[in-house]
Amino acid sequence: MTSKLSQTELHDLNVRELASALANKQISAVEAATHFLDRSEAHSDLGAYVDLNREVTLAQAAAADARIAAGTAGALEGVPIAHKDIFVTKDFVTTAGSRMLSGYRSPFDATVVARLAAQGVVTLGKLNCDEFAMGSANENSAFGSVSNPWDRSRTPGGSSGGSAAAVAAGLVPAATGTDTGGSIRQPASFCGVTGIKPTYGRASRYGMVAFASSLDQAGPLAHSAEDCALLLSALCGPDLDRDSTSLDVPAEDFTRSLADSVAGLKIGVPKEFFGEGLAPDVRSAVDAALKEYEKLGATLVPISLPRTELSIPVYYIIAPAEASSNLSRFDGVKFGHRAKDYVDLVDMYKKTRAEGFGDEVKRRIMIGTYVLSHGYYDAYYLQAQKIRRMIADDFAQAFLQCDVIAGPVAPTVAWKLGDMSDDPVANYLADIFTLPASLAGLPGMSIPVGFGAHQMPVGMQLIGNYLQESKLLNVAHRFQQATDWHAKRPQGF
Amino acid sequence: MSLTSTDIARIANLARLELTPAHSERMLVQLNSFFDIVEQMRAVDTTGVEPLAHPVATLGDIALRLRDDVASEPNQREANQRSAPEVQNGLFLVPKVIE
Repeated sequence: MTSKLSQTELHDLNVRELASALANKQISAVEAATHFLDRSEAHSDLGAYVDLNREVTLAQAAAADARIAAGTAGALEGVPIAHKDIFVTKDFVTTAGSRMLSGYRSPFDATVVARLAAQGVVTLGKLNCDEFAMGSANENSAFGSVSNPWDRSRTPGGSSGGSAAAVAAGLVPAATGTDTGGSIRQPASFCGVTGIKPTYGRASRYGMVAFASSLDQAGPLAHSAEDCALLLSALCGPDLDRDSTSLDVPAEDFTRSLADSVAGLKIGVPKEFFGEGLAPDVRSAVDAALKEYEKLGATLVPISLPRTELSIPVYYIIAPAEASSNLSRFDGVKFGHRAKDYVDLVDMYKKTRAEGFGDEVKRRIMIGTYVLSHGYYDAYYLQAQKIRRMIADDFAQAFLQCDVIAGPVAPTVAWKLGDMSDDPVANYLADIFTLPASLAGLPGMSIPVGFGAHQMPVGMQLIGNYLQESKLLNVAHRFQQATDWHAKRPQGF
Repeated sequence: MSLTSTDIARIANLARLELTPAHSERMLVQLNSFFDIVEQMRAVDTTGVEPLAHPVATLGDIALRLRDDVASEPNQREANQRSAPEVQNGLFLVPKVIE
């Protein structure tokens, strides 16, 4: 009864088609998992994975096949996806890209992982990321950097670099990521894939290794807005007993308005996103995408987000402050690394943390500790929170004039690995266009809109109002119906 | 404003991080270069602006939820201690604190 799909066909299926081929028994979950495991192993030199476990994955796939046979399949039964290694998992290691958690096994699954599993998703493995999700080049991982499938000498972006690279290379049909200041949108842009960060509070943070709790959000990366909509529908939803900032709004079917027309849509174009700092190649790809939207009947509305530049210091005060507090749990007592030689308890803490954390994490802990310390709290942390309010108010003003906001994701295409690793502040400045929406807690996404310098992908950012993920995905989907940038694949994969 | 090496030592102690002398020097340079970009933020007039601690608050007045104080999980001590550096009789071992 199984009419087998060829390897190439299998490989070209999107999540919706794969789910349907699985439900119709054209292919089994074990066959799908095997195919993507083989590809993931064959391309291990990309550095995208930190853990693969064939036995566990195939057991999950066999269980999915059994549910399909029994007629109790979930919406995504048998679809293999991989998780950013910031989500805790029972059956795979959870490292958060840190030596501190090398080999760590969680006693439970993160809510996002469990919600996807409840829909039948099979876990293919755990994906590399910057240590504790701190970074924008995936060079801060204790387990090595990740290569961009479009040019192996370049960064895939970060911190969800393994997720974006694995999806771009077709090692897995889709992946989870997390976005604190752009960590889904920027790597999606750099690798030519589609990614969405929902409204803060939509996705449960339970079981996401915490970086900055007032900013961290989970979301999917895939090849299209349609696939992202399917996955986002599965992974979002209230988790009121386990995440105190989980929004008490019902789970939604984010695919419901994908096909709506964008005629009459008002797209806000913030002038601050198109200033001197924007590379000409990125600008021309984004401009062309905006023209495409005009062809589809949308209207461009000039808007202003006057505190865009301020979002850099504001974010880099607030996020490290929260990180310094969250990361105090890594003390060598309850889990993770412990130094071998020490003279007393405090010395054990200090040596454990010195050995377990990488340089970027230490810098952020130092910044955070300082801005929260006595005498500096008001001048830095409180001031940053006040400007955070002003940034959110700027968006509220902007959304009086438009339905969505569009602009670049990053000022440039992906840079060469190693080019910025000695200059942390240069890395921070490159986050300028993704930080404002993060600080306001707004949903944002990245869609591929062409290629820039060195034939590297360019992403366009779409920012929506609170809880308007369906609108964002609709706007992205209509673009992807009219263009084929999202269907481009790197050579050699 | 500029941090000094004394500040770095004080912050590292608060953060319970041991830094080598070479790392402390590098940290000093990097943190000062970071605080250069923070200066523009300090100059902003924020008189009368309410700090935004959580973006959820922009959606209306939402108090942080508390759940009922009842046991919701079974005892999972063994699973929870599986990744601990040192345990004995179900207890976490730490260096001696009281002589």
